[in-house]
Amino acid sequence: MARARWAYLDRVLNRTGPFTDPDWVPGEAPLESLLRAKILVIGAGGLGCEILKNLALSGFTDIHVIDMDTIDVSNLNRQFLFRQADVGKPKAEVAARFVEKRVRGVRITPHCCKIQDMDEDYYMKFSMVICGLDSIEARRWINATLVGMVDADDPDSLKPLVDGGTEGFKGQARVVLPTMTSCIECQLDMHAPRAAVPLCTLATIPRQPQHCIEWAQIIAWEEERKDDVLDTDDPEHVSWLYSKALERANEFNIPGVTYSMTQGVVKNIIPAIASTNAIIAASCCNEAFKICTSSNPFLGTPESTNYMMFSGDDSIYTYTFEHLKKDDCPVCGNLARPLEVNPEITLREFIESLAERPEAQLKKPTLRSEAKSLYYQSPPQLEEQTRPNLDKKLSELVSNGEEVAVSDPAFQIDFKFKLVFKS
Amino acid sequence: MPGTTPPPLHGPSSKEKKYDRQLRLWAASGQAALEDARVLLVNSGPGVVGIETLKNLVLPGIGHFAILDSAAISEADLGANFFLEEDSLGESRAEHCSRLLRELNPDVDGTCITEPIEAFTSDPNALRPYTLILATQSLGPDVLSLLSKYASQTSTPLFYIHSVGFYSHFSLHLPEAFPIVDTHPDPASTTDLRLLTPWPELVDIMKNKTAGLEGMSDDDHGHVPYLLLLLRYLADWRATHEGKAPSTYKEKAEFRDLVASGARTGGAEGTEENFEEARGAVLKSLNVPAPSSAVREVFAAPECVNPTATSSHFWIVARAVANFYEAHGVLPLPGALPDMKARSADYIALQNVYKSKSRADIAEVLAEVRRLEKELGCPTLADERDVESFCKNAAHIKLVRGRPFQIATDKAKIRWGDRAKVAAMSPSLSEGLLGLYIAFLAWDAFEAAQGRPPGAPSNLADNVEFATEADEAIAVSHAKQIVDDLLTEADYPMDEDERTKVDTKVAQYVGELVRAGGGELHNVAALTGGLIAQEVIKVITKQYIPVDNTCVFDGVTSRSEVFGV
Repeated sequence: MARARWAYLDRVLNRTGPFTDPDWVPGEAPLESLLRAKILVIGAGGLGCEILKNLALSGFTDIHVIDMDTIDVSNLNRQFLFRQADVGKPKAEVAARFVEKRVRGVRITPHCCKIQDMDEDYYMKFSMVICGLDSIEARRWINATLVGMVDADDPDSLKPLVDGGTEGFKGQARVVLPTMTSCIECQLDMHAPRAAVPLCTLATIPRQPQHCIEWAQIIAWEEERKDDVLDTDDPEHVSWLYSKALERANEFNIPGVTYSMTQGVVKNIIPAIASTNAIIAASCCNEAFKICTSSNPFLGTPESTNYMMFSGDDSIYTYTFEHLKKDDCPVCGNLARPLEVNPEITLREFIESLAERPEAQLKKPTLRSEAKSLYYQSPPQLEEQTRPNLDKKLSELVSNGEEVAVSDPAFQIDFKFKLVFKS
Repeated sequence: MPGTTPPPLHGPSSKEKKYDRQLRLWAASGQAALEDARVLLVNSGPGVVGIETLKNLVLPGIGHFAILDSAAISEADLGANFFLEEDSLGESRAEHCSRLLRELNPDVDGTCITEPIEAFTSDPNALRPYTLILATQSLGPDVLSLLSKYASQTSTPLFYIHSVGFYSHFSLHLPEAFPIVDTHPDPASTTDLRLLTPWPELVDIMKNKTAGLEGMSDDDHGHVPYLLLLLRYLADWRATHEGKAPSTYKEKAEFRDLVASGARTGGAEGTEENFEEARGAVLKSLNVPAPSSAVREVFAAPECVNPTATSSHFWIVARAVANFYEAHGVLPLPGALPDMKARSADYIALQNVYKSKSRADIAEVLAEVRRLEKELGCPTLADERDVESFCKNAAHIKLVRGRPFQIATDKAKIRWGDRAKVAAMSPSLSEGLLGLYIAFLAWDAFEAAQGRPPGAPSNLADNVEFATEADEAIAVSHAKQIVDDLLTEADYPMDEDERTKVDTKVAQYVGELVRAGGGELHNVAALTGGLIAQEVIKVITKQYIPVDNTCVFDGVTSRSEVFGV
């Protein structure tokens, strides 16, 4: 019996259920799509390890995984495909070999590189992309790439994007059908960045231990060690920041600076545990399996739910809903997104605010209005030419309601914003 | 500079490095509790969900686990269970799972028990070594009843778990009183500033720092902490409102305008940040902090009202805090101060006012604890740190009343007791996932009668064609019976349309369960193993709030629901 191993899986592939589509034919067809599917997994960390295991045991046989990182000792509390002896080795490679060895018949191709190193031809090869990432920027990049690849005349160009994320006991799983349903960029304001502490607080009136640590990182390092590139993985560097922060905290009588907190602030550490990763990764793979086999309705079906929010710190709570596509989404919409601004602030202040505004989150923006170049980050000549604009008020540069195109080296597309003056 | 503490020369220990990402959640105290825990998995059926649960417990460093399972490894196991290898086909499933799980973390000790459960439990002391027990589907009502009785008698937390196709369920049988102090509430909800009932030291610092507010330089004016601004304007307000603080929404809005009117505009930075903060805090900070219903429940619990010499420390401290509340009308001050625009020295001074008051409250509670301990003749004294922790978390303590889960058999009726009315009238029966829970009860009743799950061949692991219609009809009739019995017990005459809706819904859930034929899908098993591991961690560390007491997950619609049954 060739499929003795898949006895449990085959039951749901060979039988209809009360929720399967009336036109769905069980048996050969769904099995065929499962065996033919080519899946790309982005990230081989906490979620990625789980995703690779789950896909292999869901009957997928052709999987690629991309991760640029190497294994660190702090990964071992959840990234269960890695052992102490693997510390320092590339994650994608070690994870792929482990799952291939454990589950017979699965092929996993590792790539130790950035997603930006791969081109559209590469992404076009896959039937689906599953992301287990901790970076919003990487998610936005792959999202924009997949939306950009959609060709209305070629149904194969539409690659479902399944995305998971966790923080502590909480997380979310979502499915995007590029151009058809709400995309990662439409949902950007669901993941607002933490507000930055104003520089003047750090420099002159620190109150919290975190202020002292940020001061050490941003100001003291720049003043005393600017020739060294700060490496937050280097224990000597972290120890130096810690002792600087502690000194400053003592000077201001601020209690609470610890080594662990220093590490947490400078590396922006997000707490992560095996169980939450297991929940979110499995939810992503459950959706991937349903999308591929049509064995049940899935998240992301147009006009139905596409987003599951999970929280486990007070009992268990899930909220599964439809996040609506936005017409003014810079990636998948066609209208400029309105941004309310105070016309009296300078262009410099506006640019700084773009990094933090939940609906923008752009760190190195270059801006052009309909009429002229407002500010260029590069090349240097253009930067120099446009620099004087930085200190001008917005009201001197654009009119109320004017559209501004913004590009950022982190993304390959232009964002369109409509600046609406606050009265 | 003199007086600074030199940083330690060594960084974190290797254990702290490995567990860094979780220590940021449950701290060293939670980790120590995990390392003391000994978990027994009583495995059965396809046996994936239990192993996935253990994986998520071995990784964070649980002390010890044991797998009780007499099954031999089948081909079907290899397609669903990650902790088995090709070469071990036909050998003990418990032994190999245990070995491959141990590989995940050299700090964890794990073992296996391969004798049948009935033989194992014939020794009344067999379960003693374990601090928590996980039991999976297909053990049968006799074994479940035995485990449940043991859990009740020894206050050992017990989980009962299903993972079938796209669906899963677990119920949690906790000790009768399961109090939690460290509930990790959302930081935004924990701020207790006592603006309406300031104590003398707080009033002093307010007067001192806001004296001559109107005449201050712009720089000074823009750095008065917002909390002191609010206190100052409150004093002004009271002076013109018969000593009363704003209480209605309208008054608060008016008060907010009063605060805003004090801000200086047109400065270099626009509106003053501290006044903006003050304005923004009006609505949420001007409430009299009343204890939540969860806290009142603790105070009203018989264990709190009548503590004895043998009461656990929790109840002695709870009683002392209840007495504190009775005497002062407020809970002990937690003492934490949110960040706000202020000069460093002013902020630290203000922070110290809150900390001192908090320390004074803790000292008062501690004295009361010691008085009670003496009066009652308690053999051991509560730890000072626990008293402190209780005081700081007093507004967020939680008591979970554990109770046995329901066990479906083919003969006896399911008893819902005091939950019958709520369950029968719950909209979840026709619209939510309560129907899925009933489907699981029906699934168990079918298995108890037939000796195999519905939709499964006699050998569960065989990959053979199997006609499911007859099984489905029987399982649906079990489900209908369970709904009938519930409505009778609740004495709730459900109208016919509603009943049809409920029956249709439950029959669909049963149908989907039967489709899976007792098999586990790895994804759903892995997801459920994650949910259960979170709950186990919460129970072991006594941090965060566990499920009370039943959770189902629907992998078709990707939703979960929790109910008390």
